[in-house]
Amino acid sequence: MINHQETITNSGNVNLDVHRDDIGAKMGMWLFLFTEVLLFGGMFLVYAVYRYKYPDQFHLAAMELNTNIGTLNTIILLTSSLTVAISISALQKGSRVISLIMLSATLILAIMFLVNKYFEWTTKFEHGIFPGSKELLNKPNGQILFFGLYFVMTGLHALHVIIGMVVLTFMLVFIVKKSVTSDNCIKLENSGLYWHLVDLIWIFLFPLFYLIQ
Amino acid sequence: MANEISDTTMEKSFYQVSTNKYNGILSWLLTKDHKRIAIMYFITIMFFFLVGVILGVLMRLELLSPGHKLMGAQAYNSLFTLHGVIMIFLFIIPGMPAIFGNFFLPIQIGARDVAFPRLNLLSYYIYVVGAILALVSLFLPGGPIDTGWTFYIPYSVRTTSNVSLTIFAAFILGFSSILTGINFITTTHRLRAPGITFFKMPLFVWATYATAWIQVIATPVIGITILLVIIERFFGVGIFDPALGGDPILYEHMFWIYSHPAVYIMILPPMGVISEIIPTFCRRTIFGYKAIAMSSLAIAFIGYLVWGHHMFTSGQSDTARWIFSLLTFLVALPSGVKIFNWVATMYKGSIDPQPPFLWVMSFIFLFSIGGLTGLVLGALGLNVHVHGTYFVVAHFHYVMFGGAGTIFFAAIHYWFPKMFGRMYNIKFARISVLLFFIGFNLLYFPKFIMGYMGMPRRYFDYLPIFTPYQRVSTFGSWILAGTIFFIIGYLIHALFKGEKAKSNPWGGVTLEWHISSPPPMENFYVIPTITHDPYDFSQLKEMKND
Repeated sequence: MINHQETITNSGNVNLDVHRDDIGAKMGMWLFLFTEVLLFGGMFLVYAVYRYKYPDQFHLAAMELNTNIGTLNTIILLTSSLTVAISISALQKGSRVISLIMLSATLILAIMFLVNKYFEWTTKFEHGIFPGSKELLNKPNGQILFFGLYFVMTGLHALHVIIGMVVLTFMLVFIVKKSVTSDNCIKLENSGLYWHLVDLIWIFLFPLFYLIQ
Repeated sequence: MANEISDTTMEKSFYQVSTNKYNGILSWLLTKDHKRIAIMYFITIMFFFLVGVILGVLMRLELLSPGHKLMGAQAYNSLFTLHGVIMIFLFIIPGMPAIFGNFFLPIQIGARDVAFPRLNLLSYYIYVVGAILALVSLFLPGGPIDTGWTFYIPYSVRTTSNVSLTIFAAFILGFSSILTGINFITTTHRLRAPGITFFKMPLFVWATYATAWIQVIATPVIGITILLVIIERFFGVGIFDPALGGDPILYEHMFWIYSHPAVYIMILPPMGVISEIIPTFCRRTIFGYKAIAMSSLAIAFIGYLVWGHHMFTSGQSDTARWIFSLLTFLVALPSGVKIFNWVATMYKGSIDPQPPFLWVMSFIFLFSIGGLTGLVLGALGLNVHVHGTYFVVAHFHYVMFGGAGTIFFAAIHYWFPKMFGRMYNIKFARISVLLFFIGFNLLYFPKFIMGYMGMPRRYFDYLPIFTPYQRVSTFGSWILAGTIFFIIGYLIHALFKGEKAKSNPWGGVTLEWHISSPPPMENFYVIPTITHDPYDFSQLKEMKND
């Protein structure tokens, strides 16, 4: 829907804010997600090159990752995608309260994901595994790269989780303030798309790091 | 078409109407109007262009005679790096799309603004933040970056100069570029006025559209590459470090996966501008409209697959090398399609050699030299001989400065009356094209010869045998820089003292010439319905010109 009416205020100034185009907004969001996929695509490319070069050592290094925590985090993130989808549907159908509850649930699940991630990383640190550590540098090259990629890629992903949480928190406020409503919910829909992307990237990270044992 | 476009001459121009609740400086700094944002980009980008020019002139001055004269090796290293970073990331990549794309893309498709005006303003500020970070990095302890604009590993990880901050600035500038790209793609898809189908869009819109796709597809790759270099500098992860099992060549691949398509970000919009200027000054519809439009997309597509030709000597398999070589020759085809169509448009046209047209003539000459020497470099055997010499520098400047830079000036001269509502001195403009052409060739042509003789790029000193060529080149740099300042001088003079420009001073027929100069706020009072083809000059008689 293109709805472009101009409103000329009393001072003679023109207000450009009334332009609204939901399809355009969604198109822009998909293009942005495309750039995110390419950003991570660069990382997956690096991963592919080194996995091809050091298959055995990647296998050995992956044994040291905790598959249980990884699985748990996968379940948490997949569930959070579900809750954000429900939140959008609920708002579209007019139930603000359910929408708010589901959005809060998404945020709580996101925090749970990050807490798990925190424990996972700190355990690695305690075992002396972090970029540049003596322990790590004593390992063969393939394992150094595996852990290097592990920290960079899951770290970059965690950064996206945090950005997603900030965006969803704004949506929460907007819904409370009623600037995002059932007939104007493109912002929430786009935020949901972003959250699904964060989820999607994790779905690739999980097998690449945890399930190649 | 003309009768559908309401009379806008009675309305105030966008300079006179504020788009927000402020007046004065804030009505500019917080504006969401695409024209005002374009003007802000114009001023900022011109500033950095001049900084880049001055750095270039200083480099040429050092090379006036052999030996350590003006500066030593370290200062020279920083200078050519900064010249490259500023000219590429701050001038030529954002230059065309952000200034002329912003100003004319919405007008040419009959829209009131871009799809995301707020995002447009955000892109501008992201650009400013990136530019400021790049400037700040010069003055922090550690010294300015000295890696060359390609930031090659391992030196970029080992040097103690301020690499991290400068390349982080490039990362941020990439963000600005991506957001502009997203904005233009969406604008082109969503805001075309009734009647403007894809094959009725002016060719500048086509070129900007293709460029926007490259910006969106290629820029994230440099983003992640830059982040990896920064991570490498701070944490030593080892992804590009052979001592830890990493591969420095992988960096080169990732760098050029972006940076080769980036040269098409630089050259495609200028090609679109040419496709506007030639029909206007030949009073003749463009020859091969669809071929030109499609060749933009072909360049965008094939250009994405030729990056390996920057790395012929850095360790690739022979198979990879000949494939990249072949693809490099292929990408010359769509460029050739454009050149021949432009020349064919002029055939039997009624040519009016106004300054913008003269710039285009100059372009065709310079770009042909640049393009043909590109084929020399694309051939494997010759590449090994001239790789890393002045020959590459000369080729690059002929394509980028002789190509994109020349058309940047053509675009200024073509659209200046529309953007600012004033006309500059035509005689000065004509002279400056000639001076620019002479200075340019004096500056860069000797570099082909020196490169062929074996003069390596990026050296602050040279053997006495090169002295005469270096002298000519430096002499040319003075003419060129002088001309650039001359141009800026008469344009600024025109801004204040110039004659009032008519709404259609050149007799163009695309939509921007149907509205007043400078355009009114929101461009069109009523969104026009288009029935003509974009370059149908039969409508010229009905058009107003006052």
